[in-house]
Amino acid sequence: MDNLLVKAGGWLALVFLAFLAMVLAVDGGFAVHMAIIMIACLIALWVTISKADYAAIGRGILKAPADPGKYDDDPIRWGVIATLFWGMAGFFVGLYIALQLAFPVLNLGLEYTTFGRLRPLHTSAVIFAFGGNALIATSFYIVQRTCRARLAFPGLARFVFWGYQLFIVLAATGYLMGVTQSKEYAEPEWYIDIWLTIVWVSYAVVYIGTIVKRSEPHIYVANWFFLSFILTVAMLHLVNGLAMPVSLLGAKSYSAFAGVQDALTQWWYGHNAVGFFLTAGFLGMMYYFVPKQAERPVYSYRLSIIHFWSLIFLYIWAGPHHLHYTALPDWAQTLGMVFSIVLWMPSWGGMINGLMTLNGAWDKIRTDPIIRMMVLALAFYGMSTFEGPMMSIKSVNSLSHYTDWTVGHVHSGALGWNGMITFAALYYMVPRLWGRQRLYSLRMVNWHFWFATIGIVLYAAAMWVAGIMQGLMWREYGDDGYLVYAFSEVVSAMFPMYVIRAAGGLLYLAGAAVMVYNVWMTIAGKIREEKSMTETPHDPEADKPLVAVPAE
Amino acid sequence: MNYDALRHFADSWGLLFMTAVFLTLIGWTFRPGAGRTHEEAAHMIFDEDKNDV
Repeated sequence: MDNLLVKAGGWLALVFLAFLAMVLAVDGGFAVHMAIIMIACLIALWVTISKADYAAIGRGILKAPADPGKYDDDPIRWGVIATLFWGMAGFFVGLYIALQLAFPVLNLGLEYTTFGRLRPLHTSAVIFAFGGNALIATSFYIVQRTCRARLAFPGLARFVFWGYQLFIVLAATGYLMGVTQSKEYAEPEWYIDIWLTIVWVSYAVVYIGTIVKRSEPHIYVANWFFLSFILTVAMLHLVNGLAMPVSLLGAKSYSAFAGVQDALTQWWYGHNAVGFFLTAGFLGMMYYFVPKQAERPVYSYRLSIIHFWSLIFLYIWAGPHHLHYTALPDWAQTLGMVFSIVLWMPSWGGMINGLMTLNGAWDKIRTDPIIRMMVLALAFYGMSTFEGPMMSIKSVNSLSHYTDWTVGHVHSGALGWNGMITFAALYYMVPRLWGRQRLYSLRMVNWHFWFATIGIVLYAAAMWVAGIMQGLMWREYGDDGYLVYAFSEVVSAMFPMYVIRAAGGLLYLAGAAVMVYNVWMTIAGKIREEKSMTETPHDPEADKPLVAVPAE
Repeated sequence: MNYDALRHFADSWGLLFMTAVFLTLIGWTFRPGAGRTHEEAAHMIFDEDKNDV
């Protein structure tokens, strides 16, 4: 009972503190955020009081111990639902801002709904909310199963989940109100950064703690990738987030670095967010779920280790390719370019390793739509890791940089690789997590696959055309030495491509909606009656022994 | 340590150290007997399926 009292009192104290900070806030954004934190603490207080097991406390038992014979899957189930929720939100905002580019009237004339405020909402929602929740959920799923151990620190694991959701809500509402430190993919302001640091360190503690208490001697390679993702993101976030707040009760802060140092720190962060968040973390998923779904071990375990170390040693140097032809010293630009090109090798090694896992089971691409999604994800991993190094070559970059080609490249990686491998992982986990015989419908997975694939193709193709056209029009000089096209002419020339891109986004969103329905029905315990994906025909006429017919 | 000294350290001893560590880690996967260990590790994720029976 004392324990409960201390907990509830602690939450109440935090409610008061947040209230005080809200009242004393020097700007509106900070006040709103303190109100959100206050509400979050109030909810925690209510849960602490109302969900306490009073009967058990009365008998002097604190809590019924968890069943040690079962994996700790509650935070993973929440993570699956959160991934789908934030995915739908992020895809929808993406579609909306795509339409804004084609039809500017959709900015609605409100500061809160302008492209500039909604764009970080979209990127953070898909990368950190959709991708981040997927990474936390799958890493907790995989680390328990490959270590044959329950999660270490179950209370902390729950804190990681809820703390991360609070981070997402604070970041997202901040963008709408204009609370941003204007660093791409690191927009949240100083106090949100501090909160994320606390959550992320807890995540690392739970993850490493589980590995330490493992009952399996070898640490499976997927865990290596997840571990590098957790540790590197912690390091990147800490360094790039260094900033001095103007007031301890205000949102605004200034970066610890200035000028080109700030730019390089930002892109050292930014590119490794791609390399370790969107690549290493999702490769962790790939190295577990692809072999499991294909029911055969990874093609070459040695190659997976070489893939791992090469990514670790190379990716960290590639950031300067975001700053070609800037004030960054020339040697640093060349260094970034060279390391980006060398990255071709491990990336393609990893892609081949994933694809060849299906060696001898290629027929599953026809019969198993989840495998089909995984193969598409790997194919896009290969395509975007081919395109990226190519675009980092300085002469190519002089054409592609600042154009929609970059946007197309990012989306072929994000929609194709990250999206598809996440969908496949969720489809794998959902029936197992909720103890269902199978998914509600495999045919709907197939529908999702085709919606998403056609959507990506429309998106990427439109952006290639738009980006290369844009780059060529920008650099077109006339005989008199003046630029031929005004900026506005380039924008209007891209209108058809913007519409095609939005159509691609709509298809991708539609596919995700099919998934939400499918997962919803699976969790509800329903099974759709449908024709199976493949049928092996049986001919009873031919199914008998040959009997020699005597000659007449 | 000024910028120049750091830079020279980075592109000489630093580079050599990183390359040596990298090559050691890669070379380690080719040590005798590694093949069998890798084989076991690759199949380890399927052990749980056997245990359930």
